Amino acid sequence: MSVPAPAPPMGLIIELTHRCPLQCAYCSNPLAMDAPRSELTTDEWLDVLDQAAEIGILQVHFSGGEPMARRDLVQLVAHAAARGLYTNIITSGVLLTDAAMAALLAAGIDHIQLSFQDAHAAPADRIGGYHGGHEKKLAAARRIREAGLPLTANFVIHRQNIERVGEMIALGEELGAERMEIAHTQYYGWALLNRDALLPSAEQLAFVNGVVAQARERLNGRIAIDYVVPDYHAARPKACMGGWGNRFINISPSGKALPCHAAETLPGFTFPSVREQRLRDIWASSDAFTRFRGTDWMPEPCRACDRREIDWGGCRCQALAIAGDAAATDPACHRSPDHHLMAEAIAAAGANTVLDFVPRRLNQD
Amino acid sequence: MTDGATVPAFRRGVKFRFDTVREAWVLLAPEKLFMPDEIAVEILKLVDGARSIDAIVDDLAARFDAPRDEIATDVIATLEDLSTRGALQL
Ligand code: SF4
Ligand code: SF4
Repeated sequence: MSVPAPAPPMGLIIELTHRCPLQCAYCSNPLAMDAPRSELTTDEWLDVLDQAAEIGILQVHFSGGEPMARRDLVQLVAHAAARGLYTNIITSGVLLTDAAMAALLAAGIDHIQLSFQDAHAAPADRIGGYHGGHEKKLAAARRIREAGLPLTANFVIHRQNIERVGEMIALGEELGAERMEIAHTQYYGWALLNRDALLPSAEQLAFVNGVVAQARERLNGRIAIDYVVPDYHAARPKACMGGWGNRFINISPSGKALPCHAAETLPGFTFPSVREQRLRDIWASSDAFTRFRGTDWMPEPCRACDRREIDWGGCRCQALAIAGDAAATDPACHRSPDHHLMAEAIAAAGANTVLDFVPRRLNQD
Repeated sequence: MTDGATVPAFRRGVKFRFDTVREAWVLLAPEKLFMPDEIAVEILKLVDGARSIDAIVDDLAARFDAPRDEIATDVIATLEDLSTRGALQL
C-alpha cells in the first residue's frame, strides 16, 4: 500500500524540560512529567533542529515547563536561527534577567510569549504558586520591549480570575504588547485534575466574550487579540493542533515525538522517540502520526460532515478524557452523542464551591 | 484611516521569506504563519516600510494587465487583512 507523502510540517514545539519554578494549577503538562535526567542532551536537540529545518519546519517554539530552566537554551536558539527557523520562546519570564535577555537577543530570538497568571500580584502568585513571580514578569516584559522584540502577553482565564479579564487586557496594553492571547484554560493534565475549581459558568463566559469583543474593536490594527474559547461551552470543537499530524510536531523533554502535547495520555500508542528515529520518518509514516491524520479514521457524524476538514473532528485527547474513546467525535461538538457530558461537567463545576486546587508538582522520586 | 499615502510595514518580529522546501513564499509572524497567494506575494514583495500604497499600486499596475482601481482595491484589502491579523502596520 502506498500512502502519499504528507505536506511538510509547519511548526515544531520543543518541550525542553518539564521543570518549572511555577506550579500553575491549570498547567496542561502531563501529571506524569519527564524526570530531569531523562531530558535530551544539547547535542540531541541540535540534531533535532537540523532535521526540522531539512524537512521544512518553519517555526520552532521553545516551551516546557520553563524552557529558560535549560542552560543551553541560548545555544539552541542560535542554532535554530542560523538554520533559518523562526524562533519563539514560551516562558513564564521569571528567569528572564538582563543577562539572559541580552544573550537571547544576540542568539537571534524572533519573539517571546510571556504568560501572566492574573492582572495583580496577589492572585497571580497564588495560582502560580510562586511568591514574587508577577513582579518578575512585569520586569521581564519591560526587558523584552527594551530589547526591541515583539511581545505577546498570554493570559490564561479560569473561574478564579475571570472577573479581572478587562484589567488583564489593560495590563497588556500598558506593557506595550503587540499581541495578546486571552486563552481559556484547556482541560488537559493538571487543569483536568483541577477542573471543578477552574471551569467557568456560562454567564462568566458571556462576560469575557463581551469584554474581548469590545477590546478587539478598540485595539484593531494596534494590538491583535487571539481569543481561545473553552471547549466545554462550545457547540463546535477546535481544530486541535490544526489537525492531527497535519501541521505540528511536539517533542517531549525525553524526546518523544507527539502529534499534540497531551497525546501521551492516549492508550494503545507507542510514540516514536527522536533518539531512535529520524524526524522525517516519524512525520511521514509512524503509526502515531498517521493514525488520526486526514479524514479516513473518522467515525460518524464527522465522516459525512462538511466541517471535517475545518476542525478535523476536534481533539483526540478530549475525546478520550470525556467520551472514553480517542477515536470518537470530540464531545465539544454538538453533533457528538457524548455532547451532554460537557454540560454535566459545567454543572458539576458550578455546584463545587471549593476553590482549592492541586498545584502542579514534579515528582522526583 | 488607510489611504494611498499610507506606508505599510512589516511589524516587529515578522519575516517574509522564500521557503526552499515548499518552493513558496511564507510570512512568519509571532506564533502565526501565512501562506500568501500569488497576488499577495507580489504585494508583499513591495512592502519595505518606505513605499506608500499608491506607489505599490503604481508598480503593480505597470506590470499586470488589470485596471488600476481593481488593483488598488485588492492591495488595500490584502494589507488591511494582514494588519488586522497582526502581521503589518498601516
Ligand atoms: S503553566 Fe505554569 S506551571 Fe505550567 S509550565 Fe507554564 S508557568 Fe510552568
Ligand atoms: S461532526 Fe465532526 S467534523 Fe463535524 S463539526 Fe462535529 S467534530 Fe467537526
